[in-house]
Amino acid sequence: MKVMLAGFVAALVIAALAPVVLDQFGWSSAEHWSSETSVRLD
Amino acid sequence: MNFKQFGAAAFVLATLLFNPGWAQDAPEVDRTSTGGAQTLEDIMARQKKLDVDESFRSENLGDPDSAAAMSEQLGTQGGTSDSDKWRGIRYNESEITTQSRGPAADVLIQDGGMPWYELREGPVITYGGLALLGIIALLAVFYFVRGKIMIDGGPAGTRIERFKAIERFGHWLLAGSFIALALTGLLTLMGRSFLIPVIGHEAFSPLAIGSKWLHNNIAWAFMLGLVMTFVMWVAHNIPNKLDWQWLKAGGGIFTKSHPSSKKFNAGQKIIFWTVMILGFSVSLSGLSLLFPFQMPMFADTFGVINSILGTDFPTALAPHEEMQLSNIWHSIVAFLMMLAIIAHIYIGSVGMEGAFDAMGTGQVDLEWARQHHDLWVEEVQARQGKGESS
Ligand code: HEM
Repeated sequence: MKVMLAGFVAALVIAALAPVVLDQFGWSSAEHWSSETSVRLD
Repeated sequence: MNFKQFGAAAFVLATLLFNPGWAQDAPEVDRTSTGGAQTLEDIMARQKKLDVDESFRSENLGDPDSAAAMSEQLGTQGGTSDSDKWRGIRYNESEITTQSRGPAADVLIQDGGMPWYELREGPVITYGGLALLGIIALLAVFYFVRGKIMIDGGPAGTRIERFKAIERFGHWLLAGSFIALALTGLLTLMGRSFLIPVIGHEAFSPLAIGSKWLHNNIAWAFMLGLVMTFVMWVAHNIPNKLDWQWLKAGGGIFTKSHPSSKKFNAGQKIIFWTVMILGFSVSLSGLSLLFPFQMPMFADTFGVINSILGTDFPTALAPHEEMQLSNIWHSIVAFLMMLAIIAHIYIGSVGMEGAFDAMGTGQVDLEWARQHHDLWVEEVQARQGKGESS
């Protein structure tokens, strides 16, 4: 059961980190514009 | 009614769910009265939702040879009239140049938006939703008819290791993220039709924003879980002769027998490959939606399909059309996956005594293992006899 919880928590941690990591590659969901090098994710 | 009849009836009913109302072709139209332009019949046919062959318009884009002389009134138009130009824009046949460098900036009109919207709000929600309710009803019937699948003669009391911690971690990473994706995806698709009328716009808005955030970002956990479980379990999921015998015996589900099986039986292999193939496809179409216009895939895929099957799918697609197809495909594949997974969750929890332990603690009852995976138990015990671990 501990492993099950660990899996769920890991999924949430990955979700929280995803925008931060994508930002490093210019894929920003925080910026409200799109350009040649950065396209809004939403 | 015996089970075979019941199964056949359920199958026929299930196929009816997926029976779309095929669009009929409109009858040939005589356009001499309008000089080849649109007639009242064309307009009426479209209103009746018949399939109108649009080539009389989409290919009617002007003719340089019939250009008026430069000195005449329309001479500066070249061989095209205003109508020809607008048709060219509408059917994406014009050479558009623009200073805007954003994706798809040179598409001025894309009229696939309405059919896409109607497909998404109509059949996708209706048939997808009915299919989900259908599988839940089917499982409920199964539960009441067949009951929980028990361990014959009760548990042995001794345990055997079935999945290591890393395997269970991979499974729950995949399962946790999938369930989150399924719920937030359904909310995004159906919230407008079913939730806003009940809870109102103000309450729905934060829910929708949160759903979108979770759906977009937890997808990476799903992809990681998919890769992990694929790598760890693919070797045990290669089909073999034994699977055929297992399937012929119907898995022993109705006969209450226990056909032989190694680590994964044929039913589980079907779940494994369904999850892997559909999971890969839903991930690809999801990425294509997550990075708009950056990963068009349908034109190329259609090209490959055409060259293999000799079909005639369009291979020149507007950027928006790629997005519309990705969206519809993403939902269809997601629904198919949800159907398989609901059945999987049922049999892995309330449907079978002792099954959940495999993913819960990793240790299953020896008698459960002997009944459902006899050859696997023999393999493990033979290896342990030689002093190796499972
Ligand atoms: C609450 C939800 C779930 C429960 C209770 C559950 C339970 C289980 C159990 C007990 C097993 C091991 C069966 C055995 O001992 O052989 C298993 C295997 C597996 N699970 Fe799940 N599962 C759940 C959700 C999911 C989801 C959402 C996915 C994929 C998206 C998934 C994919 C798999 C796969 C591919 C296997 C291996 C093949 C198989 O045994 O069918 N599971 N699950």
